[in-house]
Amino acid sequence: MKNVLQSINRSGLTGVALLAALLIIVFPLTLDIFRLNLVGKYLCYAFVAIGLVMLWGWGGVLSLGQGVFFGLGGYAMAMFLKLEASDVQSTRIQTTPGIPDFMDWNQITELPLWWKPFEHLPFALLAVVAVPALLAFVIGLAMFKRRVGGVYFAIITQAVALILSVLIIGQQGYTGGVNGITDLKTVLGWDIRTDSAKSILYFICAGLLLACVLLCLWVQKGKVGTLLLAMRDREDRVRFSGYDVAMFKVFVFCLAASISGIGGALFALQVGFISPSFVGIVPSIEMIIFTAVGGRMSLVGAIYGALLVNFGKTYFSEVFPDLWLFCMAALFIGVTVFFPQGLAGLYADKFKPWIDRLRKSEVAGGQSVQDSGTTHAADSRSDLPNSTT
Amino acid sequence: MSNTDFALAVEDLTVSFDGFKAIDALTLYVDTNELRVIIGPNGAGKTTLLDLICGKTKASAGSIKFKNEELTGTEEHLRVRKGIGRKFQTPSIYENLSVFQNLEVSYPEGRTVLGALRFRCTDAVRQRVHAVAGEVGLAGALQMDAGLLSHGQKQWLEIGMLLMQEPDLLMLDEPVAGMSARERELTAELLQRICVGRSMIVIEHDMDFVARIAHRVTVMHQGRILAEGAMDQVQKNPKVIDVYLGH
Repeated sequence: MKNVLQSINRSGLTGVALLAALLIIVFPLTLDIFRLNLVGKYLCYAFVAIGLVMLWGWGGVLSLGQGVFFGLGGYAMAMFLKLEASDVQSTRIQTTPGIPDFMDWNQITELPLWWKPFEHLPFALLAVVAVPALLAFVIGLAMFKRRVGGVYFAIITQAVALILSVLIIGQQGYTGGVNGITDLKTVLGWDIRTDSAKSILYFICAGLLLACVLLCLWVQKGKVGTLLLAMRDREDRVRFSGYDVAMFKVFVFCLAASISGIGGALFALQVGFISPSFVGIVPSIEMIIFTAVGGRMSLVGAIYGALLVNFGKTYFSEVFPDLWLFCMAALFIGVTVFFPQGLAGLYADKFKPWIDRLRKSEVAGGQSVQDSGTTHAADSRSDLPNSTT
Repeated sequence: MSNTDFALAVEDLTVSFDGFKAIDALTLYVDTNELRVIIGPNGAGKTTLLDLICGKTKASAGSIKFKNEELTGTEEHLRVRKGIGRKFQTPSIYENLSVFQNLEVSYPEGRTVLGALRFRCTDAVRQRVHAVAGEVGLAGALQMDAGLLSHGQKQWLEIGMLLMQEPDLLMLDEPVAGMSARERELTAELLQRICVGRSMIVIEHDMDFVARIAHRVTVMHQGRILAEGAMDQVQKNPKVIDVYLGH
């Protein structure tokens, strides 16, 4: 039994289990539906944050445009919801009934061809994951094959975020413009605005988030995870060991993009709209802050980061409406200066040794627990390698 | 260019950086089972030559044939998969990973993204890691973080990482730099053992070490070959004494 517990502990699953308990048991029992829905919204950003842990923390590639993928996922979902909300009956006062209201306002008389597939839920769900991954694949292939990295990659992704938000705002007739896609009502007839639907959506959101964490953990523990760390250390050595470094970066970029897309789709479902304000540069950078605060090497840490920063944002903006942006900036600067590995680093450096000491004194005299002679290499890697970067 | 019996055939190879010819119409043949040492003063183009063969630098003109297959224009990682291994001048290892992981990552399986996702550390992989670690004298350090190894051990680890890939051509850039006398001895023995069944190119400055390991020696100077032959012949060559060995 003890060995089982130890191996769970080593594989980082304790943290996931604690997080699962918090998200699935503690929050629903203690928060009212308004607050729970708010947490659900924060968890949508947490999807982007764990994507960034993979891409930035493990892959060493900083993208300042993750909002793009969050937005694409959100729009894919919202397009389906909007079409369902725009049936002929409820849009009969429009010049052209049966198309989304904003199209009607913009003198569009027919549903554009590329909107048509989004009438089907399976297509929309596929698009939530596939469209962000496809865009990431194209950008990633173009950049990483040419060995564009570091600051240049960050700037280019930021430009993509700007381009997409300008494009969405400019193409008002097709995208809803600056208002976004609003008045989302039902999924296959199921009203998503009721309290019970909101709490069910919360559980779906938390469940998918935990599934994504497990997926990323699996990638981290496998050869791809080792290779990502190796690439961060000595990219040339990996290349001259027969690996196409660019493709591994493309892979992790696509993974992060798909996960962000899922977050965006859940956002559209839980909040009931999506708009370009979640696509541009500012939200993309906020998402970096969540990850940095939580710790960019730790999946679980990034989720706490997203929750904490968003709680802070809500709290500060309620209590100090004029000062809250400064409070956020102070939080970010404070964390990066004093805890470069974020909350997770704080835990690993300060609390974990203390807990370990407690444990050791508990079992002192008993059977030896430090029997690690047979550990395999993968187990000896801690969640937080002492990276110098 | 015609085909040859040599494992590696470099012919009329030239690379120029802004007009400066770091390698100038160089021709070099290396046999299987041969351990070739390249010596020469700093700036002679020795490292550049290895860079060209492994693909780190693109050639301006000329041909590099490995097992009668043209390499110029092939991407670096594909050259590795054809069997070319390269050790860098400063030890290039993954300091944040354990010695075991350093070797495991170098195992030539699961080299594509999908392959790596499916890759499992099977008994065959583990046995190979242990065998190679034994070969390079790191059997006792497998669980250690590679960053904690001594300089000499890091050099050995990188050689071990190359051995994991079972290359047909192994290129080592100054493998004994910074090593103690005893470590040099062990390295010389190691190189003699591992050159069986493959070709090796070693760049080295330490003449005693070169004399111990070299089958043939190539002396480079200003991007060209100054002399080539057995060690004692080369040492007597007046041109070599002039530009490199000194009187």
